[in-house]
Amino acid sequence: MNTAGQTGAQTGRLSVLAAAWVVARRDFVAILFSRSFFFFLLGPLFPVIVAVLAGSVGSHVDQMAAQPAVGIVMTSADADAVVQARDSLSERLGTGLPGVVVLKRLEPGEVYDPAQAFAGRQANIAAILSGTPQAPVLTGPKGQIEGWSGGIAMIAAQAVAGPLAPWPDVALRTTATSNANDRAGRLRTAQTAQMLLFLLTMMLAGMVLSNLVEEKGNKIIEVLAAAIPMEAVFLGKLFAMLAVSLVGIAVWGGIGITLYLAAGSAVPHLPVPAVGWPLLIALGVIYFAMAYLLLGSVFLSIGSMATTVREVQTLSMPVTMLQLMIFFLASYAMTQPGTGIELFSVFFPFSSPFAMLARAAQDPALWPHAAAVLGQGVCVLLLVRVGAGIFRKRVMKSGQAGAKRKSHRARVQRHAPDVSGVAAQNV
Amino acid sequence: MTGNAAMPEGPVPARPFAIEARGLVKRFDGFTAVDGVDLSVPEGAVYGILGPNGAGKTTTLRMLLGIIDPDEGYRRILGAERPHDVAHAIGYLPEERGLYPAMKATEAIAFVGALRGLPLKEGRRRAHELLEQHGLGYAANRQIRQLSKGMAQQVQILGTLVHKPRLVVFDEPFSGLDALNQGKLERMMRGLAEQGTTVIFSTHVISHAERLCDDVAIIAGGKVPFAGPVDVARDRIPAQVRLETHSGDGPWRAALPADARRDGKTDGGAFWYFPLPETGIEPLLRALIEGEAGILSLSIERAGLHDAFVAIAGEAAARALEEENPEEMGR
Repeated sequence: MNTAGQTGAQTGRLSVLAAAWVVARRDFVAILFSRSFFFFLLGPLFPVIVAVLAGSVGSHVDQMAAQPAVGIVMTSADADAVVQARDSLSERLGTGLPGVVVLKRLEPGEVYDPAQAFAGRQANIAAILSGTPQAPVLTGPKGQIEGWSGGIAMIAAQAVAGPLAPWPDVALRTTATSNANDRAGRLRTAQTAQMLLFLLTMMLAGMVLSNLVEEKGNKIIEVLAAAIPMEAVFLGKLFAMLAVSLVGIAVWGGIGITLYLAAGSAVPHLPVPAVGWPLLIALGVIYFAMAYLLLGSVFLSIGSMATTVREVQTLSMPVTMLQLMIFFLASYAMTQPGTGIELFSVFFPFSSPFAMLARAAQDPALWPHAAAVLGQGVCVLLLVRVGAGIFRKRVMKSGQAGAKRKSHRARVQRHAPDVSGVAAQNV
Repeated sequence: MTGNAAMPEGPVPARPFAIEARGLVKRFDGFTAVDGVDLSVPEGAVYGILGPNGAGKTTTLRMLLGIIDPDEGYRRILGAERPHDVAHAIGYLPEERGLYPAMKATEAIAFVGALRGLPLKEGRRRAHELLEQHGLGYAANRQIRQLSKGMAQQVQILGTLVHKPRLVVFDEPFSGLDALNQGKLERMMRGLAEQGTTVIFSTHVISHAERLCDDVAIIAGGKVPFAGPVDVARDRIPAQVRLETHSGDGPWRAALPADARRDGKTDGGAFWYFPLPETGIEPLLRALIEGEAGILSLSIERAGLHDAFVAIAGEAAARALEEENPEEMGR
């Protein structure tokens, strides 16, 4: 047998980074050419399909449902005056006024309880207008009539006043935007960026967790742990998935840009973020990487503690919930610039990428981003170390190690070999 | 590593040690899995770690390789205190075999080599060579999931050797292999030792160790009650004497040891079995001849490693139980 031969030739000790590179390269290639990557690429399609379907169904339902209207129970003259006033005002004010339908034309002096008008009427009558234009009475559910009272008062006043007074034409001079528009637009951009970041991070952190559990299932983890430091295994896995996700983002980005160019002016104009689009995109990629690395390292630590998929699901659920809360925190903090809560979400490692990305959309200062990325990087390294430590401490137990032997019989079994037939062998 | 036990100073060994460990202790959740293990494995030796299931063999190997750190004790592997510093010179086959199912055999071997610092391209070249050498060339481009369990295990064994390590550690390497492949593996291990590679393996099948090893360590209850040459272990058990006499009884019987056991009959004669007396066989022979026992045959059988293992591990078990619960044992 001539297998090993000249020992140790052409090999040398790998540094942590070189070892991480070996793991990352294997994982990257394996994932990229797997079916799961194909489904990963399709991933964002599902929320879009659901949103489109939900929007379309919602719109259909809206169209099917008649708009609620106010039923009029007045004398003929008053009812006509109210209807005419409503139509005239509506022409000028748009759709803000409730629709009106004459339900009953009362004879002069006739007494009628407006509540009766609801019985047996069409479902879209939400309130009844009775009395006179000078003293209108609106009958209906509290929330409904309170919302309509202003509009009904205006209609009644116009019915009393008669034809509309001539209105001066307003000259319109347009500008590209206003301060209020800018702020609102940037807020929307920040919200969108945060949402994208959150969805991507959750999707990827879950994938890295499955990857580690699969590794434990394949039982190759011990081969890795014997050859290279666990920190290198963790780093390799994290960065492999990051690289995979960047490929995914490039694919999605490419498709998005193509669709944007194809759609041309049909796409709504997106508000320009405070740092500008190129920087926001660059920071988006950086913060995505940091958010993913932070969450991924936590999930890897969880994966290192768990031995089955069920255990992983149980352990990762609280972290997912926590991440959801952190996302809500960052979203809320975005609307409260300069407050304590915003500062907290900026400094707290897990919410920091979200909060800082929102900042980039709203505030042009760049130095806070450098500081934040540095801080987040340190946290990633710490978490990787902790995760690797937990792994080495908790996972590599063999056999029944960890389970205390309580019974005498169990102790005997552990200490002694099978002695059956010893006597026979000894003679 | 918590190196609170210093290496004892002493004469320089004739052969340097590939592995030196002193007082290794590992506890899991309060349970002591390994309790003060000492090991010295000379370079170029085939060294067996024997022990019943759950004795602490795998935990000991994992500590030696740096997969887990000992809670107490000291280890030095190929002269390094941190095993990962010499990982490039070590090959390891864990007890729980595992390779990536979607990887091709060549890639799997090259990947294990890459983990040990072997460039991937060179790893692929050597993987092809190794597979051809071991009659697995036809499987080079097959995925691991397409191989039988035994073949996948052979691929993993080749993975432990692809970077030409100075020390190879096999944890229960024979389990899962058929008799033919077990023989092949034994030959491979001998070949490695002949080329100067240190081979250390754990097993609970003693016959492999008996055929392969110069030295063994017996682990029982997390302790090492014996470590040393196989011959010394066998000498712990007295040789067994098998005597066949023509006469079934007579004054000569007084010369037999008190624990001699009679078994079987031959026309009034008998077979006798007893441990070789400490005084040797000659005084006994003289007494038998003088007493006209009519010796038909006499053989002395040296104890096997299996018997030595059972006796040593059994003693260790009894001692450990007594230490753990003296009252219970006293009853």
